[in-house]
Amino acid sequence: MSNQAVLSARDLKRDYEVGGSAFSKPKLLRALAGASFDLFPGKTLAVVGESGCGKSTLGRLVTMIEKPTSGTLTLDGKDVVAGLSNKAEAKQLRQDVQIVFQDPYGSLNPRHKIGSMLEEPLKINRPDLSAKDREELGRQMMAKVGLRPEHYSRYPHMFSGGQRQRIAIARALMLQPKVIVLDEPVSALDVSIQAQVLNLLNDVQEEFKLAYLFISHDLSVVKHVADEVMVMYLGRPVEKGSCEEIFANPQHPYTRALLSATPVADPRHKRDRIRLTGEIPSPIAPPPGCTFHPRCPLANERCRAEIPELLDRGGTLIACHAVEEGRNQEAAPAA
Amino acid sequence: MPLLEIQNLSVDFATAHGKFRAVDGVNLTVDPGETVAIVGESGSGKSVSMLALMGLLPWTATITADRMALDGRDLLTMSKRQRRSLAGKDIAMIFQEPMTSLNPCFTVGFQIDEILKTHMSLTRKERDRRAIELMSLVGIPSPESRLSAFPHQLSGGMSQRVMIAMMIACNPRLLIADEPTTALDVTIQAQILELLLTLQQETGMALVLITHDMGVVAETAQRVVVQYAGQQVEARPVLDLFDMPRHPYTQALLAALPERATSQHLPSIPGVVPGQFDRPAGCLFNPRCEYATDLCRSTPPVVRDGALCHMPLDDAGNPTQPKILAEAAS
Repeated sequence: MSNQAVLSARDLKRDYEVGGSAFSKPKLLRALAGASFDLFPGKTLAVVGESGCGKSTLGRLVTMIEKPTSGTLTLDGKDVVAGLSNKAEAKQLRQDVQIVFQDPYGSLNPRHKIGSMLEEPLKINRPDLSAKDREELGRQMMAKVGLRPEHYSRYPHMFSGGQRQRIAIARALMLQPKVIVLDEPVSALDVSIQAQVLNLLNDVQEEFKLAYLFISHDLSVVKHVADEVMVMYLGRPVEKGSCEEIFANPQHPYTRALLSATPVADPRHKRDRIRLTGEIPSPIAPPPGCTFHPRCPLANERCRAEIPELLDRGGTLIACHAVEEGRNQEAAPAA
Repeated sequence: MPLLEIQNLSVDFATAHGKFRAVDGVNLTVDPGETVAIVGESGSGKSVSMLALMGLLPWTATITADRMALDGRDLLTMSKRQRRSLAGKDIAMIFQEPMTSLNPCFTVGFQIDEILKTHMSLTRKERDRRAIELMSLVGIPSPESRLSAFPHQLSGGMSQRVMIAMMIACNPRLLIADEPTTALDVTIQAQILELLLTLQQETGMALVLITHDMGVVAETAQRVVVQYAGQQVEARPVLDLFDMPRHPYTQALLAALPERATSQHLPSIPGVVPGQFDRPAGCLFNPRCEYATDLCRSTPPVVRDGALCHMPLDDAGNPTQPKILAEAAS
């Protein structure tokens, strides 16, 4: 990590107010309760967790769709939170971070042709370019992501899911961003198409030295693409470390459970599944102490009372009392 | 005797642009207590073939089959009424999206009660008791209070549990699960799959699992059927299929899994599944197959070694000689 981080987040938090009426106070929903990470050019940070763990909220903060409630976010050394209040500066900042959404059927406007969709970001952000230049750039990008020239004047409904995801990736690349947030980019695709899109993402990352924030729940995909992995549970990172370390030697009981729950495409694979009972609790009323304790096989009194801090253990950051006290070793052998 | 026998099942849809064959010559036998997985990409006809079995396809569909029988009873000659009485009782089906397959206007208890009322001759009290029993069987905490919950008050995992409770209410002989866990998180997926397998062991029902996830197949099924563009391309026991796939499509599908990758670049299958208007001549997989020859491009293959292929792969994963050439040589 000798490279300079292109984007740094420190203790990012995001609260939402839900419900509430003239007679009752709105409730506070803490969607993201403090996440810190750095994104490096050409590297991928994967964010893993179940639905409701705050991974999409994180994506929205990084893409500046929303402002964090507290915490700092710096892009290339510039403070994003302060920059967003200045319209001209915000426009500049947003160009550097783009997003590819999960559902390629919902994220493309059915009334726009592919060409105009690719040129739209240029039209807004690059007024110096002529229409001809824009078309030229759009066509170049199409060739880069493996679309044929005749696709330029077609509508989204004429494409398959994999091709649409290529279009979405091309659109995200148009402004030459430094960071791309990939919000479950392949989970709506079939296996054979998924491989094509993952290869494309890998190619463009190498070519443009992009930093990826890869949001996913599919651990087999994450293992393939990620350099660093951050496992989240109920708005908090519970384990963060290098991809090899997390998959070879998971420490946090939730990471272990998540890994053991992921089906392995090998009929001879011995399953010693860590059974998680129950479901992820509501973030409106999170349990006291460690938020994972109601489902954790290792929970004790301390876990029910005290929120664990992210502590450095041999390069991997882990937020767990059981790991800190060494209680996880005898209870569950490494998966 | 197998519980379910399907021979040469085809489904044609009448579309505005003429007939479209969504399922083409599918065979399937399932023994009691067995788990069979049907794998394939979207558009491979895996759901349609099972909907045809259930009799749930719209009038635009024409279903033809040489034989379709459940427990020796011929489903093709059966009256509509008799057929209807089977659905939900002897054959039950769980759908992909638990949130949309429950009726949002009625309580969970009402919906479980409904299936019991239709198929079982029980009194109201007995039905209530059975509903609570079913809810606790599928692992729903405090079932008495949950009976009066509406679907929107339940999470995805809970809704799928309710769906399973409904479907096992009449002790079906055959349960078809159409992507039962695709919309759920992995930890919930593990819970639901485990639940289905325990229920199967307890009741001895047969389970047909439709999925696109090779991991789920490997962990649950005893036999696997691979479908491609409506055709059944390979049907084998699970260990054989994962060790030595015979059909190039199966081989490519397994190779494309990120967890089996050996390099950063995944071996992907070029192109897409053919649709209604771009059906190739010969073998349907030939435009995407790395071994395709002129024979594959001109003549539809027949089943050899359990695979629908001119040149099924040998144990080492290399294509064998086509039959015509092999015969000429000998």
